[in-house]
Amino acid sequence: MRREVPLVLTAIVGITMIIAHFIPPLNILKNLFEDWFFIIAAFAIYLGILNLILINGDKIYKKQKGWPFGVVVILGFLVITVIGIFFSGGKSFQDPGTPFYYIYMNLYYPLSATMFALLAFFVASASYRAFRARNVEASMLLGAAFILMLGRVPIGYWVSAGLGHALAYAADWIMDFPQTAGQRAIMIGIALGVVSSALRVILGLERAYSAGE
Amino acid sequence: MNETTNQEKKTFWEKLLSIDRRIIFLFIAVAISVPLFFKTSLDMPVSPVVQEVYNAIDKLRAGSKVLVSFDYDPSSMPELQPMAESFFRQCFRKNLKVIIMGLWPQGPLQANIALEQVFKDEDIKAKNLQYGIDYVNLGFTAGNEVVIDRMGHDFRESYPADSRGTPLSEIPLMKGVRNYDNIDLILNLSAGYPGTMEWVQYAVDVFHVKLAAGNTAVQAPSMYPYIQTGQLAGVLGGMKGGAEYEIAIKNPAKAVSYMFSQAIAHAVICFFIIIGNIAFFSLRKKKTS
Repeated sequence: MRREVPLVLTAIVGITMIIAHFIPPLNILKNLFEDWFFIIAAFAIYLGILNLILINGDKIYKKQKGWPFGVVVILGFLVITVIGIFFSGGKSFQDPGTPFYYIYMNLYYPLSATMFALLAFFVASASYRAFRARNVEASMLLGAAFILMLGRVPIGYWVSAGLGHALAYAADWIMDFPQTAGQRAIMIGIALGVVSSALRVILGLERAYSAGE
Repeated sequence: MNETTNQEKKTFWEKLLSIDRRIIFLFIAVAISVPLFFKTSLDMPVSPVVQEVYNAIDKLRAGSKVLVSFDYDPSSMPELQPMAESFFRQCFRKNLKVIIMGLWPQGPLQANIALEQVFKDEDIKAKNLQYGIDYVNLGFTAGNEVVIDRMGHDFRESYPADSRGTPLSEIPLMKGVRNYDNIDLILNLSAGYPGTMEWVQYAVDVFHVKLAAGNTAVQAPSMYPYIQTGQLAGVLGGMKGGAEYEIAIKNPAKAVSYMFSQAIAHAVICFFIIIGNIAFFSLRKKKTS
């Protein structure tokens, strides 16, 4: 039963969702299943919180490597939750002026932006080591990257001013045609892959979602 | 003697190829940070895909209702936040009614930050905009594309109340707004999943709503096929898209000033790639000879 029930439920929900797109009266069932999805999504948040506390709590209890970071995670979670729920002064916790907003602006905001900004440094270092004109294909890639990197910023616009801003227009042309054609091919490929994966899940051939059984 | 010189040169190219990455990091840090201290207003043309976004909003009559979905977090803020601010500026100057929502938990907060910034503008402050009448923040709802789909039938199915807990039926701006049929334009500011692709698939394709998008530079190329097919009105791509949009609304601000920094950083990366290739070919030539 533990294996059959999830498979049958998946098949019923999957087939109904597809058919409902073409037969409007079945929208009642579609809406019901979507309601279930909302409930599961809401539960997933609580499950995530529980998971966060259990994993980090265990790490702290067993004094595993990096356990002080676990303390920071749990403390951070508790502090921001308590402040958001109990210290918003009757306003929405997300409104400017609340303590939650202050923490978001002065802690989470700069930390999160900093983590992402580090990418610029790694991209520069990786470009230096990996971008080599080893063969024709690599040279074409390098050429396109060069045109885009310079043509998509004002430097390309100024540098090619004497040539009718050719670099900027070349960058736009690459984006509009070769890039779009490539993207479309990838999207069609992905869509076909998604359809085939979805069918495998609905038909019960793919069971990874039920703990690999 | 010749052999010694060759040996020295070879060592030099090899050293160059295996340069310590911290030196590259230092160059990039200087290239990004120093230009930020210079207040520059760069001249650049507004590309057609950005102009289309501007036109789509500009064509709307005063009082039209626009929905904006904030589907990003602070990590993408340098690229998307200037777009959000410019969007609010254009909407409020045209007296459009703005409905804010988010499929990412941090999205509605990003909207509040952008609003706080825009409300400092004298012309917008003078309008004395009222929450619930001129704009409303519905907040975040979990459910990704299902939220988009349910809003196509009735907003209240996904958002029974706004972010302050006020039922939608009690918000003047939401009176007469049932689903996408009552929305004149949607703007999606997105940094990934759920984002523009989901809005195209679940709102545009099913409910035929007009959609424009603002994306990170990494994500923007994948949106171009949707522009050619007319599923997207236009795209603001990365910081450049944000800068061009600021120029289009005649309010050069953050993105335009950041572009100088980005331009120098790109030039430095190009310089390093050239140096790397010169070193690579010099070494290969020596090896073959």
